[in-house]
Amino acid sequence: MSDHTEHHIVSPKIYFAIFGALMVFTAITVAVARFDLASVWGPLNIIVAMTVATIKATLVVLYFMHVRYSSKLTQVIVIAGLFWLLIMLVLTIADYVARTGWPTPLGQV
Amino acid sequence: MADSHASQYGLAHHFSSMEQQREAGTIGMWIFLLTELMFFGGMFLVYAIFRTTYPAGFEQGSHLLSVKLGGLNTIVLIVSSVTMAMAVYYSQIGEKKRLVGMLSVTLVLGLVFLVVKYFEYREKFEHHLFPAMGFYAPDAEHLALQYHQQVRVFLWIYFAMTGLHALHMIIGAGMLLVLILMAHKGRFTTSYNSPVEICGLYWHFVDIVWIFLFPLLYLTGYHLTGH
Repeated sequence: MSDHTEHHIVSPKIYFAIFGALMVFTAITVAVARFDLASVWGPLNIIVAMTVATIKATLVVLYFMHVRYSSKLTQVIVIAGLFWLLIMLVLTIADYVARTGWPTPLGQV
Repeated sequence: MADSHASQYGLAHHFSSMEQQREAGTIGMWIFLLTELMFFGGMFLVYAIFRTTYPAGFEQGSHLLSVKLGGLNTIVLIVSSVTMAMAVYYSQIGEKKRLVGMLSVTLVLGLVFLVVKYFEYREKFEHHLFPAMGFYAPDAEHLALQYHQQVRVFLWIYFAMTGLHALHMIIGAGMLLVLILMAHKGRFTTSYNSPVEICGLYWHFVDIVWIFLFPLLYLTGYHLTGH
C-alpha cells in the first residue's frame, strides 16, 4: 500500500541545465518587454511575461524542488494547492468583471 | 528499548523509518508553502485588480523602477537557487565541506540581493517616491502630475510585495545560517539531511515569488524607456 519511492538524488547536470533554461527565459522576458506589443494585441505583453514566468516557476518546482521525483502524495498536495489558488483568483476576478462601473474611470484616485 | 529503531541517527521516535520521516517532513513543508502561496496570491490578486483599474499609472510607476537592478537581483536569486540545489545534492552524497560551501554561497547571494534591494529602496525615499507617511511628493522630472495618485497605488503595491518578499529573504538567510552551523558540526548524514532539503524548498519558493514579481513590477513599463 505504501508509496515506496526510493529517495531520488537529482544529478547536478540537471540542475545546471535548468539554470541555463532559467537564464534564457529571463533574457527572453526582458527582451520582449522592451517592445510595446499593445499595437498587435492589447494584453500581449502581459500574456508573454506571465507565460515565461509560469514556465520558469514550473521548472523550479519540478526540478529544484524535486516534485517530478516526489511521491504521488506530494504531487497531489502541490496540485491541490495550485487549484485552491486558482479558485481564489478566478472567483474574485469574476466578481470584479461582473460589476458595472469596473474598471473605475481613470484619474479617480 | 533495544530495538534497531533507537540506534538510527536522526530518526524521531514517532516515525517508523527514515523514509517515512523524510516524506512527512517534505509534505509538512509543502503544506506550509501552500499557505504562503495563498498569502502571496492575495497580493497578486490585488495587483491584478488595480492594474486593470489603472493601466497607465502602473506603466508609469513601473517605469520608475530600475530594470538593471531588478534584473541583477533576478540573476542573483536564480544562481542562489542553483547553489541551494547543489547544497541539497552534497548533503545527499555526504560531502560536508562542499555542503557548507554551497550553503555559504547561497547565504552570501541572499545578502547581495538584500543589499541591492536596500539601495533601490533608498533611492525611492530620496526622490520622495515612498507612498506613505508624508513622504510622497514626486517632482516633475519623475512623474507627470496626472499620474501622481495612480502611481502612488502602484508604489504601495511595490513596497508591500517586495517588502514581504525581502522579509522572507531575511528569514531564509537566518535559516541558512543555522544550516551552516549544523552542517559544520557534522549533524547531517547521507540518510539524515531533511533540514537541508526542507529549507531548500522554502528558498526555491521565495525565488518563484520573485520570478513573478520581476516582470509584473519592473518590466511592465520597460517599453516606455525602449524608444
